[in-house]
Amino acid sequence: MSHDHGHSVVVPAPGPGFLPHTVAHHFDTPKQEFQAAKLGFWLFLATEILLFGGLFAAYFYFHQVYPETFKVGGAQLNWRLGAVNTIVLLLSSWTMAMGVRSAQVSQKGKLLMYCALTVLGAVIFMCIKFVEYQAKFDHGLLPVFGGMHDALGQQLQWYTDHDGVMAGVPHGNLFFSIYFTMTAIHGLHVIIGAGLIVWIMFGAAKGRFHANYFLPVDLVGLYWHLVDLIWIFLFPLLYLVP
Amino acid sequence: MTTNVPAYEVHAGEHGGAKPNFLNVTKGFMSWAATLDHKRIGIMYLIGVTAAFLAGGLFALLVRLHLWEPTGLLFDNATYNQIFTLHGAFMVFIFVIPAIPGSLGNIVLPIMLGAKDVALPRLNLLSFYLWVTGTCFALYAILAGGFDTGWTFYAPYSLYSTQAVISIGLGIFILGFSSIFTGLNFIVTTHKLRAPGMTWFRMPLFVWAIYATSILQVLATPVLGITILLVAFERLYGVGIFDPRLGGDPVLFEHFFWFYSHPAVYIMVLPAFGIISELVTVHSRKPLFGYKLIAFSSIAIAVISFLVWGHHMFTSGQSTYAMFAFSFLTFFVAIPTAIKEFSWVATIWKGSIAMNSPMLYTLAFLIIFAIGGLTGVILGALNVDIHLHDTYFVVAHFHYVMMGSIALAFFAGLHHWWPKIFGVIYNEGLAKLACGIIFVGFNATFIPQFVMGSRGMPRRYATYIEDYQPFHQASTIGAMVLGAGVALMVGYLVHSLLAGKKAMQNHWGGVTLDWLSPTPPPLENFDEAPVVTTEVYDYSTLDLKTTQTPVR
Repeated sequence: MSHDHGHSVVVPAPGPGFLPHTVAHHFDTPKQEFQAAKLGFWLFLATEILLFGGLFAAYFYFHQVYPETFKVGGAQLNWRLGAVNTIVLLLSSWTMAMGVRSAQVSQKGKLLMYCALTVLGAVIFMCIKFVEYQAKFDHGLLPVFGGMHDALGQQLQWYTDHDGVMAGVPHGNLFFSIYFTMTAIHGLHVIIGAGLIVWIMFGAAKGRFHANYFLPVDLVGLYWHLVDLIWIFLFPLLYLVP
Repeated sequence: MTTNVPAYEVHAGEHGGAKPNFLNVTKGFMSWAATLDHKRIGIMYLIGVTAAFLAGGLFALLVRLHLWEPTGLLFDNATYNQIFTLHGAFMVFIFVIPAIPGSLGNIVLPIMLGAKDVALPRLNLLSFYLWVTGTCFALYAILAGGFDTGWTFYAPYSLYSTQAVISIGLGIFILGFSSIFTGLNFIVTTHKLRAPGMTWFRMPLFVWAIYATSILQVLATPVLGITILLVAFERLYGVGIFDPRLGGDPVLFEHFFWFYSHPAVYIMVLPAFGIISELVTVHSRKPLFGYKLIAFSSIAIAVISFLVWGHHMFTSGQSTYAMFAFSFLTFFVAIPTAIKEFSWVATIWKGSIAMNSPMLYTLAFLIIFAIGGLTGVILGALNVDIHLHDTYFVVAHFHYVMMGSIALAFFAGLHHWWPKIFGVIYNEGLAKLACGIIFVGFNATFIPQFVMGSRGMPRRYATYIEDYQPFHQASTIGAMVLGAGVALMVGYLVHSLLAGKKAMQNHWGGVTLDWLSPTPPPLENFDEAPVVTTEVYDYSTLDLKTTQTPVR
């Protein structure tokens, strides 16, 4: 590494087509910067796990209190589509890991390709999600109970269950409330993750990421793996257990 | 503690005197608004939380004035509900939780570690602006009609209330992220940016305290985040998780809420403990008694704090066995807390005690916290809590720990580090006077509340039966005295910034790295990166000349 301006530490580019990286001024070495950023990011992932943890706690509690509702509600979900989504996300985690590997060996083209494939996986996931949500809309199985008012004071009639599939179990709306809340917040994180990967692609195109500096790719990869991991828990709990 | 920092030399006549420090190295609004310097961010937090404290204090004075008469002096009941809710929400979320880590933590912790800044300076600035944004949401919520749920937002009322619950909820959600990112930053800084030679057990105890606080901030706050989101979803879409009409469970809300909010009170108090640890040693010029005990007790408190949330819910219908467990664990958490209190007293014992204003605030803390902590143990007893729950006894208990302990420790820390941060010293006579007024006013406000609480006065009531009036009036007078003391304190502190005398290089004679850096510190905190070679509170290394040489 070299020092310029008498103070900054610069990590050189490994070759043409790549950019050098200047270490932030308050760090002494690139390794210190790398380790600090990684530790910080793992802590952030811990907060995400706790955020979802609250939702899982709500799931377990209500499953305990209304097991029949969860059994019948879960049967309304299309486990085949859910399984496809699981495989899509698992594959996208693999492509993301390959992307990180490509950055680590300064293969710009492959990095871009793997990132694009990962984003494609995210798009497929969201499309399948959309199809599933559409099916729920058609059956009137939405999270809102008739008689509630929205923020504007208007009556909401979304949870109509006009096919009566949830008749006979108490509080059918509860299952779908939890289903929609959990999958929607997860879906939001899929979109955020895809956005981050697109950002990585822009940087990769400029040659920012290479064997000497691949930290952002690594961290976005971690984020994507967490998004995948949360779905690995969501899928069996919502689709398979009932 | 010796370092390779050369003794501070002033070359008079060069560049008009002293070298630039962080306050004057760059000028202009943007140099502050877009700063990455932890010290400037800390000062911006300081201004912000002080404003929040004064606003919350104003709401408190309105509450106390209203309660002068049994039928309520100022407001109708609905408005009163809003006023005490605002007092609680402002004080808890906008003042106490961010105050010490955001201001003193930000300014002092990196210097104490010998670092140039926190590990993630841009995240630090983002934390500050998240604080500002969350506060703006709270202000908007007031303009949008206010909210009257109490700061605890219990379901089902928070679901049905037609007021601006979602606005304040979003504000608190954003403030939560400010808190999370601050904690994350301090954990990474403590792990990665310690000066060479500074092992974990050579870190000042303020750092240990902030570290334990940061663990809680990172792990507990997300649970509040999801709880608020669920309440917002309930209000918007009728999700039904907490609403009994839809099959939900309002006690589940209480579990979720207190799972965060109990660790939250330790987020509030652990930094205060850290400040007291630093002050007792410096102002007795004696090494801390039981350094490792105090360090580990901070971690122990952080861990146990996750296990006691049910003690806020003893009357909500939990199983008896759960209540046994929570009660026992509540008593248990008093043990590491008491270890601290005794260690502080043992530190002062036979020390060379300086009875200056930081020390007076510290002594006030030790007395008030003993009462606050012990009354917490009383409330942890099941049979007693059944009667005291939701009475003024609880109110008095938590004000003893939150106002009397945390706020006093915050004031103590401000007075202690004021000369270091600003290079000026405030009027010591006025400081002692203000401390006395605050101490008297505080106790006068809250001792009557213990008494009337034990005699059945419920909390959050806008009106009350005449039997309680003498207690309420005494409490109100105390609150006015307390307010006067705080006003005096703000007055002389601000005055010192405008026309204060120069402070000494090492005004109090500390030996931790924060006192060995120049006063006020330069942008990167030290002229040369320090190397640590001695134990942390080794006063044999103190250079007394620096305690007598003023800042140029």
